[in-house]
Amino acid sequence: MSIATSTDRTFLRMALGHPAFVIGFVLSSFFVALALISFVWTPFDPTKLSIANKLQTPSLHHWFGTDHFGRDMFSMIMVGARVSIAVAFVAVGIGMIAGVPLGLYAAARRGSFIDELIMRGNDLVFAFPSLLLAIMITAVFGPGAINAIIAIGIFNVPVFARLSRGAALSLWTRDFILAARVAGKGAARISAEHILPNIANLLIVQGTIQFSLAILAEAALAYVGLGAQPPLPSWGRMLADAQTLISLAPHMALFPGFAIIITVLGLNLMGDGLRDLFDPKLRRER
Amino acid sequence: MTAYLLRRLVSLSLSLVAASLVIFLVMEVVPGDPASFMLGINADPGALAALRLQMGLDEPLPLRYLAWVAGLLQGDFGVSYTYRVPVSELISERVMISLPLTLYALALSTLIAFPAGIIAAARRNSAADLSVMGATQLGVAIPNFWFAMILVLVFAVNLRWFSAGGFPGWDAGFGPALKALTLPAIALALPQASILARVMRSSLIDTLEEDFMRTARAKGLSRSQALWRHALRNALIPVLTIIGLQFSFLLAGGIIIENVFYLPGLGRLVFQAITQRDLIVVRSVVIILVFAVIVVTFLVDLAYAAADPRLRRQRR
Repeated sequence: MSIATSTDRTFLRMALGHPAFVIGFVLSSFFVALALISFVWTPFDPTKLSIANKLQTPSLHHWFGTDHFGRDMFSMIMVGARVSIAVAFVAVGIGMIAGVPLGLYAAARRGSFIDELIMRGNDLVFAFPSLLLAIMITAVFGPGAINAIIAIGIFNVPVFARLSRGAALSLWTRDFILAARVAGKGAARISAEHILPNIANLLIVQGTIQFSLAILAEAALAYVGLGAQPPLPSWGRMLADAQTLISLAPHMALFPGFAIIITVLGLNLMGDGLRDLFDPKLRRER
Repeated sequence: MTAYLLRRLVSLSLSLVAASLVIFLVMEVVPGDPASFMLGINADPGALAALRLQMGLDEPLPLRYLAWVAGLLQGDFGVSYTYRVPVSELISERVMISLPLTLYALALSTLIAFPAGIIAAARRNSAADLSVMGATQLGVAIPNFWFAMILVLVFAVNLRWFSAGGFPGWDAGFGPALKALTLPAIALALPQASILARVMRSSLIDTLEEDFMRTARAKGLSRSQALWRHALRNALIPVLTIIGLQFSFLLAGGIIIENVFYLPGLGRLVFQAITQRDLIVVRSVVIILVFAVIVVTFLVDLAYAAADPRLRRQRR
C-alpha cells in the first residue's frame, strides 16, 4: 500500500514538472469545465433569438459578442463544448470497446485465419477516408449527432485494434505470459488479466490523441451540416453560420475557431506529455 | 519482384472488391428501397416504377451488384437522377478541379515541410527547432476549414489579393485557374505540412544518430555535407510513406475545403447530391475517391519495394 502511494506521488510530481502535460491538462480541463458548467449555468440562453441584439461585437455584456440571430456567442460555445466533448468521448469509446478486444483476440490467435481476417478488415476501414465514411452514413441515415458518433467511432476501431494487437504480440513472447500459460490460464484470461493492464498506458495515450482528432472530425461534419442539428449549438455549425458573415462579423468565426484549436491543442499536449510520463525510455523531443 | 507484384495485385483486387461491396450494401440498407428513398414519400407511382426499372431494383441483389461493377469497369456509373446526365460526365468535369487541388496542396505541404523539418533536425533544441515544433503543434490543431475562412478574411476580404471563392475554369487560362486554387490549397496543406515536418524531423534525427553518420564525419565530411549526402536520403523513406498517406487525406479534406471556396469539384457535387438524395451520384463519387486512395496506397507500396529490396520479402 505504501509503495503504491509513493509511486503515485512520484508520478504526480513528474507530471507537475512536465510543462507540456501541465499546459495540455489545464487547457483541456478548462473546456471540460465549461461544458459541465453549461448544464447548470450559461450567461444567456444559447437558443434564445433576439434580433434587436444581432451581430454585436464582444463587450462586457456579451463577452464573445452575438451572432446573426442575436444569440450570445459565449453561451453557445459553452454548450457547443458539451456537444463536441460528448461526441468525441462516445466515438473514441466505441473505437476502444470494439477495437481493443478485436486486437487482443487477433494477437492471441496470431497467424490464424481469424487474425488475417481482422487485420484485412481493419485495412479496409483505414482505406476509407473517415470523412467519406461519415458522408455515406449520413447520406443514407440522415444527418445528426448520433450518426456523426457512429461514423467517427467506426474509424476509431481499426486504430485501437492495430495498436493493441501490435503491443500484445510483443507481450505474448515475454516470460511472465509463459508463466501464466504454464499455470493453466487460457488465452482469454491472459489477455484480460496480463496483456490488457500492460497496454493500458498505450491505450490512454492513443485515446487522448484520438479524442482530439474526433473533436476536429465532429467540427468538420457539423460545419458541412452533417453533425448535431439545430437548435443545439455546435462549434462546427457556428463556423458554418459565420462563413457568409465573415467580413461583417469576424468575431463569429474567430471565437468558435479558437475554442476548437485550444481544445485540440490541449489534448495533443496532454497526450504527448502522458506518453513521456508513462514511458521514460521513449522520452525524447518529438 | 514478380512474385511480390503478383501478391500485391491480388491484395489490391481484393481490397477493391471489398470496398465496392461495402459501398453497395450501405446504399442498399436505406429505409424502403433506394428508389422510394430518392423520390420521397409523395412520389408519383409512375416515376417510382420508372426509376426502379432504371436502377434494376427488380433484379436480385447479387445480380444488381454484378451489373453495377460491370458498369463501373466500363466507366458507366449510371445516370444521375437529379441532373439527368451520365454520372461519369459529372465526375470527369469535377475531377478536373479536385485532383489539381489535391496535387497543389500536396506540393505545398512538401515544400513547407521539408525545409522546416530539416532545419529543426539539423539545429536540434535551437530556437529555430522550438519554433518549428511549436508551429506544427498549432498546425495540427487548426481545423482546415476554419483556416480557410481566415485566409478568405485576410487575403480576399481585406487585402483583395485573391477572390473569396469560385473557379474561372481552366479555359480562363492556367494562371487565373491556379490563382483560384491557391487559397484552398494553402488551407488544405497546413495541417498536413505540420505532420510531415514532424515526421521529417524525427526521421532525420534518427538517421543522424546512426553509426554510418559518425563514419561519414570521421572521414572528414562537415556536418552539413554529411547531412545532405548521407542522412537525408536515408531519412526519406518514412517521409515518403506519409506523403502517400497524405494524398488520401488531402483528397477527402478537399471535399470540405471546396465547400468553403464554392469550388465546383467532387466535394460540392457529393454534398449537393446528398441534399437532393441522389444516391447514384453519392455512391459514384464515394467509390471513385475510395478507389483512388486504395490505388495510390498500392503504388506507394510498389515504389518502396522498388527502392528498398528488403521490403519485398516482408509481408507487413
